[in-house]
Amino acid sequence: MSASSTAKAPAFVATTKAGRVTDFVDARVGGSGILREFGRKVFPDHWSFMFGEVALYSFVILLLSGTFLTFFFDPSMAHTNYDGSYVPLKGVEMSVAYSSSLDISFDVRGGLFMRQVHHWSALLFVASIAVHMLRVFFTGAFRKPREMNWVVGGVLLILAMAAGFTGYSLPDDLLSGNGLRIIDGVMKSIPVIGTYASFFFFGGEFPGYAVIGRLYMLHILLVPALILLMIVLHLFMVVVHKHTQYPGPGRNDGNVVGYPLGPVYAAKAGGFFFIVFGVIALMAAFFTINPIWNYGPYDPSPVSAGTQPDWYIGFVDGALRLMPGVIGDFHFEYVIFGYTLSLNVLLPALVPAGILFTVMFMYPWIESWITKDNREHHVLDRPRNAPTRTAIGVAGFVWYCVMWAAAGSDLIATHFYVSLNDVTYWLRALFFIGPIIAFIVAKRVALALQRKDREIALHGRETGRIVRLPHGEFIEVHAPLDEYKRYKLVGFESPAPLPAVPNDHGIVTRKEKQRAFLSKWFFEDRVAPATPAELEAAHGHHAHPAVEAAEESKSLSH
Amino acid sequence: MKALSQKRRHPLAAIALLLMGLLVTGGLYAVATTVNEAKASTTSYSANDTAEGEKLFEANCATCHGMGASGTQDGPSLVGVGAAAVDFQVGTGRMPMQMNGPQAYKKPAQFNDQQTHQLSAYVASLGAGPAIPEEGLLDGQGDAAVGGELFRVNCAMCHNAAAAGGALTRGKFAPALADVSEKHIYEAMVTGPQNMPVFSDANVSPEGKRDIITFLKQIESNGSPGGADLGALGPVSEGLFVWVAGLGVIIAFTIWLTSRTS
Repeated sequence: MSASSTAKAPAFVATTKAGRVTDFVDARVGGSGILREFGRKVFPDHWSFMFGEVALYSFVILLLSGTFLTFFFDPSMAHTNYDGSYVPLKGVEMSVAYSSSLDISFDVRGGLFMRQVHHWSALLFVASIAVHMLRVFFTGAFRKPREMNWVVGGVLLILAMAAGFTGYSLPDDLLSGNGLRIIDGVMKSIPVIGTYASFFFFGGEFPGYAVIGRLYMLHILLVPALILLMIVLHLFMVVVHKHTQYPGPGRNDGNVVGYPLGPVYAAKAGGFFFIVFGVIALMAAFFTINPIWNYGPYDPSPVSAGTQPDWYIGFVDGALRLMPGVIGDFHFEYVIFGYTLSLNVLLPALVPAGILFTVMFMYPWIESWITKDNREHHVLDRPRNAPTRTAIGVAGFVWYCVMWAAAGSDLIATHFYVSLNDVTYWLRALFFIGPIIAFIVAKRVALALQRKDREIALHGRETGRIVRLPHGEFIEVHAPLDEYKRYKLVGFESPAPLPAVPNDHGIVTRKEKQRAFLSKWFFEDRVAPATPAELEAAHGHHAHPAVEAAEESKSLSH
Repeated sequence: MKALSQKRRHPLAAIALLLMGLLVTGGLYAVATTVNEAKASTTSYSANDTAEGEKLFEANCATCHGMGASGTQDGPSLVGVGAAAVDFQVGTGRMPMQMNGPQAYKKPAQFNDQQTHQLSAYVASLGAGPAIPEEGLLDGQGDAAVGGELFRVNCAMCHNAAAAGGALTRGKFAPALADVSEKHIYEAMVTGPQNMPVFSDANVSPEGKRDIITFLKQIESNGSPGGADLGALGPVSEGLFVWVAGLGVIIAFTIWLTSRTS
């Protein structure tokens, strides 16, 4: 049967040579099918959707520039005397790793540029992941069906931090050695296994002769391979789920409005890669990053002022700086059966990061449990239209920023001419109060913006034109919105709190009561979108816009 | 020798030995302490300098440091601080102090070179102390690599490995060292101004100090091989730059790329 059907099919014969080659390949790998499928994938257009791309492109640049660096870097901790062209270090005893990093900077053609490309793109890589995640969080893009992809994204963030930190430690200069020393201290503060873990990691007492080689293996093989795997998973799920879109006329959970990948979006994305590459190249060409020659070789005795990790580890460093050793008479360090338990290192190093990442990973499930919302969402929320979620996000962001700022407390002190101690005290207070204030303020701002939206939907935009009526009254003329703009202001959901409901046995469980309590907390303060009836009432029965002003107070009361 | 060995059991032998021991340690201590004050008052001041300096001192400094520089509640005694301390504090404008605070700020010098010289002469006349260093130690011809190591071990924990400065407790700070003259760097090391410890000649030898100065001047004249140094403040300024400038430019591009549609 198959023989007869193939015989009947008209054989396609390409006329040009290029056509024949293309046909040959296509017949064997099915490229046109793939292109047909992917080329017509639709991507919505919005600037905030492009940070994932920035991260992807930075990663590509990292792979390219990193490969170049591996040609010249030697991850050995053997001793050598520097004999390169940087005079202030001439003859200084150092590790081969540091010496080869200096050679990359001063004696390899284009080496310093490539090092700076690599480091700037690393900073941009993590920064764009962070901004991408903030966008996903505040627009509610993590909701069903994308919870798993949110987790994969979180894993990518952790892997990116791991890649960054292992890379930061490789040059074996004073700065990176100080960073490793802190990691060593944090490891040793872990009860029972701490010392063993540290000796295992460093191959003996810190710093030893093994750690750079081990970090190098992690940095160039294991971590990038895991990142690549996660990127594949991440993009696969993006294709399966299709892209989310902002609310707008004609957009719903059943469609995606935007440009197809080919040709418009592919051209834009391809061009955007070169833009990102160009921005990084310009930064690398004109701005120093990690001037390792300034820091000198690592030696456990000196610690330079202004020793900080790269920005993405900064919040952990900040938490360590904020932690007091004692509060009054209360000590955070105990000796139990001759073993020291250093809570003043263990708590700040692990607890804030632990809370941050746990809440981040769990959040999609926490929210869907509270709201009982198990529907698929492909249309995003504007952040103001989910005030409690936005407030939670801002509170977390502020908490992170307080720790982040604490990592630069010494520079805040010197550059703003304030006391380092005062900076620490203020940040300690903000560590606890900051998120609470941020939550309240963000929620109120979101609700106020919703009220403003509602008023604009009902009464139009203020034109700034003041008119005096014949009887002497002054009014401001409001211009009505067009349909498209109004849709944006009224087309959202504003769920009411869900009271506790009994289960199948007719019992309201304690867990359900807690859920109902949280649901009340989540949705209690709400501004309902203007309904068609309200819109009709506001616009329908008066032709003259002047009357609107008088009615404003009435229709606003909700 | 025989006479000495015969008298070794003499009742007074123990006392004689004790005396000898005390003399030796005392003498060695005297030698050791004068090593730290080596080169004190090698510069000669005329009687006129001292007299003029005293007048300047009484008019400008005695309010806090007291008549005869013997110190008051508001300022320490300056007896024995030496000419180097005066030359540093007055020459960099830190003294007379602008206001009371954790630390005096550098500001345009209030006295000219001759007046500073006269004040130094007066304070040096009150008691021996570190003198203004010789030109040979300030020529910047030392070993920069050795100076760099000394700097990282002794100075970088406050002044930062790239000499960009750093914070100390309660509003005190270690200033950035760019644009500080060789003489003032040397004087700061020997006198320990403000919150800085003294690096005596026994601690860092004069040659070592010369190497440190050479290192500092070399990294200053090298500039930044990798482009603008962003204040040489390390990862904080780099992170700030990538978030503000790097991401800022990229966001501008994303807005441009998506601006064609609504």
